[in-house]
Amino acid sequence: MASRLDASFAALSDVTRRGVLEQLGRADASITDLANRFDMTLTGMKKHVGVLEQAGLVTTEKVGRVRTCKLGLRALEEEAAWISRHHRVWVARFDELDEVVEELKAKERADGRKKRR
Amino acid sequence: MDARRDGETTLMKNRTTVERTSEREVVVTRTVNGPARVVFEAFTKPELFTRWWLPKSMGMVLRSCEMDVRVGGTYRLVFEPDGMAFFGTYREVTPPSRLVWTNEEGGEGGPVTTVTLEEKGGQTLLVLQELHHSKESLDAAGTGAAEAMVETFAQLDELLLTL
Repeated sequence: MASRLDASFAALSDVTRRGVLEQLGRADASITDLANRFDMTLTGMKKHVGVLEQAGLVTTEKVGRVRTCKLGLRALEEEAAWISRHHRVWVARFDELDEVVEELKAKERADGRKKRR
Repeated sequence: MDARRDGETTLMKNRTTVERTSEREVVVTRTVNGPARVVFEAFTKPELFTRWWLPKSMGMVLRSCEMDVRVGGTYRLVFEPDGMAFFGTYREVTPPSRLVWTNEEGGEGGPVTTVTLEEKGGQTLLVLQELHHSKESLDAAGTGAAEAMVETFAQLDELLLTL
């Protein structure tokens, strides 16, 4: 999760990429649209979108010959929700496991005392 | 977080981490205050295992649990009220440090769970890795009835919005 946040912040450190996010917040767009709007080459825009995609801030989908970009914040939120759902279950499990382990330890100690007698 | 103050014997709870280390893999870690042989026992004796693997908050009622803990041996947990089951096969059984089992209720090629226990100074670092065959399988990985309930409420919310 931490490395994901690093990637997010790195992605947001560039003015063009912040502009792309703003733009995609208004409407989905193709890489060509974005390149035109920001007066960049297709290759340059592809790189920016790639960085945003790596950080999970943008998702892209190729339909026919056009690659459409959309905001990927939802994907990040879903990932966080998935983790927190699983985390809750594991915390509940390990709380119980602690009790089982304490009982087994107590039993071992008691058995040990019996043997020494 | 919620350190209990009701006695000297209750300790601050150790931290649980859950991390998706790849699209198909989730890794859970937790330090347990006890030796590995005791933790291994809690994984391999049905009456102990079900107590903690299915905490009450999960809302699942167990009908039966059979565990034949040896390589190639099977396990089967059956639930009330409809006989839903979790089952699979033990692939590796190395007391007190390693346990690998398959999860076959979803058909062949289900996720594989690997538990490693590393003892250090009377404590045990428990690492549980679940490897799925696809991202979709892990995305959809269930955590029991507690989650099903949350999802049911979410669906109800959505339904109410359309009325």
